[in-house]
Amino acid sequence: MLDGLINGIFNGISIGAVLLIVALGLAIVFGLMGVINLAHGELMMLGAYTTYVVQNGFKSFGDGAQDFYILAALPLSFLVAALVGLALERSVIRLLYGRPLETLLATWGVSLILQQFVRSVSWAMTFGLLVVCLLLFGGRAALSKLANLGPRQKLANFVVLVLSAGIGVTLGRSLNGNDALAKPWFSARNVDVTAPSWLQDSISVTDTLSFPAARLFIIALTIICLVGTFWFLNKSAWGLRIRAVTQNRDMSACLGIPTKRVDALTFALGSGLAGIAGCAVTLLGSVGPNLGSNYIVDAFMVVVVGGVGKLVGSIVAALIIGIVSYILGSGTLVLMLPSSEAIQPLIDTATFFATTSMAKVLVFALIIAFLQVKPAGLFPQKGRSVEV
Amino acid sequence: MTRINRRKFLVYGSTAVGTSILLKACGGTSDTTGGTTAPAEGEATTASAGGGGDTIKVGILHSLSGTMAISETTVVDAEELAIKEINAAGGVLGKQIEIVKEDGASDWDTFAEKAEKLIDQDQVSVVFGCWTSASRKKVLPVFEAKDHMLWYPVQYEGQECSKNIFYTGAAPNQQIEPAVDWLLENKGKDFFLVGSDYVFPRTANNIIKEQLKAKGGTTVGEDYLPLGNTEVTPIITKIKAALPDGGVIFNSLNGDSNVAFFKQLKGAGMGPDKYPVMSVSIAEEEVRTIGPDFLKGHYAAWNYFQTVESPENEKWVSDFKAEYGDDRVTNDPMEAAYIMVYLWSQAVEKAGSTDIAAVREAAYGQTFDAPGGTVTMNPNHHISKIVRIGEIREDGLFDIVSATDGPVTPIPWNQFVEDTKGYACDWSDPAKGGKYKEA
Repeated sequence: MLDGLINGIFNGISIGAVLLIVALGLAIVFGLMGVINLAHGELMMLGAYTTYVVQNGFKSFGDGAQDFYILAALPLSFLVAALVGLALERSVIRLLYGRPLETLLATWGVSLILQQFVRSVSWAMTFGLLVVCLLLFGGRAALSKLANLGPRQKLANFVVLVLSAGIGVTLGRSLNGNDALAKPWFSARNVDVTAPSWLQDSISVTDTLSFPAARLFIIALTIICLVGTFWFLNKSAWGLRIRAVTQNRDMSACLGIPTKRVDALTFALGSGLAGIAGCAVTLLGSVGPNLGSNYIVDAFMVVVVGGVGKLVGSIVAALIIGIVSYILGSGTLVLMLPSSEAIQPLIDTATFFATTSMAKVLVFALIIAFLQVKPAGLFPQKGRSVEV
Repeated sequence: MTRINRRKFLVYGSTAVGTSILLKACGGTSDTTGGTTAPAEGEATTASAGGGGDTIKVGILHSLSGTMAISETTVVDAEELAIKEINAAGGVLGKQIEIVKEDGASDWDTFAEKAEKLIDQDQVSVVFGCWTSASRKKVLPVFEAKDHMLWYPVQYEGQECSKNIFYTGAAPNQQIEPAVDWLLENKGKDFFLVGSDYVFPRTANNIIKEQLKAKGGTTVGEDYLPLGNTEVTPIITKIKAALPDGGVIFNSLNGDSNVAFFKQLKGAGMGPDKYPVMSVSIAEEEVRTIGPDFLKGHYAAWNYFQTVESPENEKWVSDFKAEYGDDRVTNDPMEAAYIMVYLWSQAVEKAGSTDIAAVREAAYGQTFDAPGGTVTMNPNHHISKIVRIGEIREDGLFDIVSATDGPVTPIPWNQFVEDTKGYACDWSDPAKGGKYKEA
């Protein structure tokens, strides 16, 4: 009985930990910055693909090294996702601050581009895109430095654009003739990320009590990420600036805080955390171009239920959602109810919802009901910083 | 330096997007056999052909993107290989076969839309396509309304026999039922049923429950995962509670969920010694993406495995590897897809035209020496084929542990389920049709 209880709590927490690590980056990007980032799942996917690449790299080092690829994959996933996030912020998001609907559409578009990118990326395509970027930005920079064209600047820029696009396309096309260069790196198919052997099995405590190693690892990773994020936001100089900008952007700018750099950094941090989440979920599930779309709804759910703008809200919400969906989905609720004639309808109802699909339906129904009562979530923001 | 304002951003952004699309389109046309193909490519191929009368157009309709792409793209490869071979041997009726490829995108409504497009706009002579039963159920009304023809290469739950569909995958009595029989005999009587939440696993599990009732086994529990769901902890808890001392798990999960299920099953310490899993949707290709580490010792039931020993199979496997690379594997749905293209081309040759009704008549009784053994098309639109059970090895291939002596005759209407007991299907006789009571 005690074992059952411990198992139940552990399983609930482990589901919650996955939800939390997935939602943590979003809690910063959406919660603190107010950016509805629908490409968050795709940043996770990039983290997962980074893990795949690192794993294959370690394969070449021999069997011993294979067991530790995950330790290298975690920081690299963070880095890759953070860099892509930074590029995304600099090129798209920063032009759309304060316009949530446009952000929503733009990031959705970005998510589609990223998905299609991992499906079709090949050496030929990479070279082609690189050449376009180099020629375009290099040409523009050179033009504005070297010649003072005045009113003809726009025309010149357009010519540079057409030229570089033409050269890039031609190059990409000609490289495509070479099979080795045209072969997609990953293709649309899912890729196989095999967890290190020490994370594949379970750790037995007693005969009836055992914990899957991968789950323990994810719980530990979640705690580390949480502590790290809390420390960064509350103890570091940049964290102070981030909080200041979150609370009052104009006043922060007046006081000399570089708000644009703060924005870029915050977004990169949130994206990097998404990358770590992507690395973590490779231990549990499949890795494919649409990995992100499996998690994005859950991530938003956690942040919204927890209350936008409060990290602690996301933590509580993730744990509650995890435990509730476990208790409902595994049928533990049915076992917990005493069997008596009087509550038979209740037991029948619980049994009806004790499948994974129906449990999910019920969890969403409960969330909708909850948001009717507390529209701002578990921990609503208070005070002057609340914007309508 | 000038700041990039919004309008400039839009200009550059859309140019960049346009450029990447262009690059992609270029990549597509120069590599028509590639695994990843944008929907645009199908249209490009069509346009370049110019619609002359010297080719026969066939449609290929599978998910090239989305959760089912992992499986369906391999079937496309097999179909293209068969078409390439037929074209190299002179084509059908002296004409080359021309492929029009469409992406169903793992979205069932898209499948119906694309099926209409293939039939009305491209005027194809036949469509090879679909994987999930949900997609087949969506396109079925389209093919019936237009009295067109779909060839479907995947094992399915049965309980269907359309005049407009030829099924070259296994009917339940050619996969699920023999698998349950084998498990009852060798592995135990207590079954837990796990499946994805759509029509195939639910119908299949109903059949299994009836069969277990009839043969003295018990169903201790069942659960379904929404497609794409990767959180299987609740299901694993349920299995442990229902089968504390071990038992048989019958798995009809499809797509990504399989990866999560096997990874987390191993993580929970449930190995094949106590909890053997019999899967009906995991073949060589899926074993590779899940990782043989997690699957070793579990079972799968199919009509064909790459390890089948026959000269036809050796030739096919080596041809396939020559075409797509040494690291590729062949599997059951691919074999069925390969078979169906040949059966269709034989039927067209016999009919002497691509007229739908004539080809349908001509298809009955066609035989083909397939890699997995000789198959025959029955008047009930399903094929007779051998049934095999394989155990997953460390290298990701299967040890065949059991096989039927000869081809098993397909029974689309299930004889264990009360509603369809005693019914059969025969489209060669207008008086009988899709569902008639056997005398």
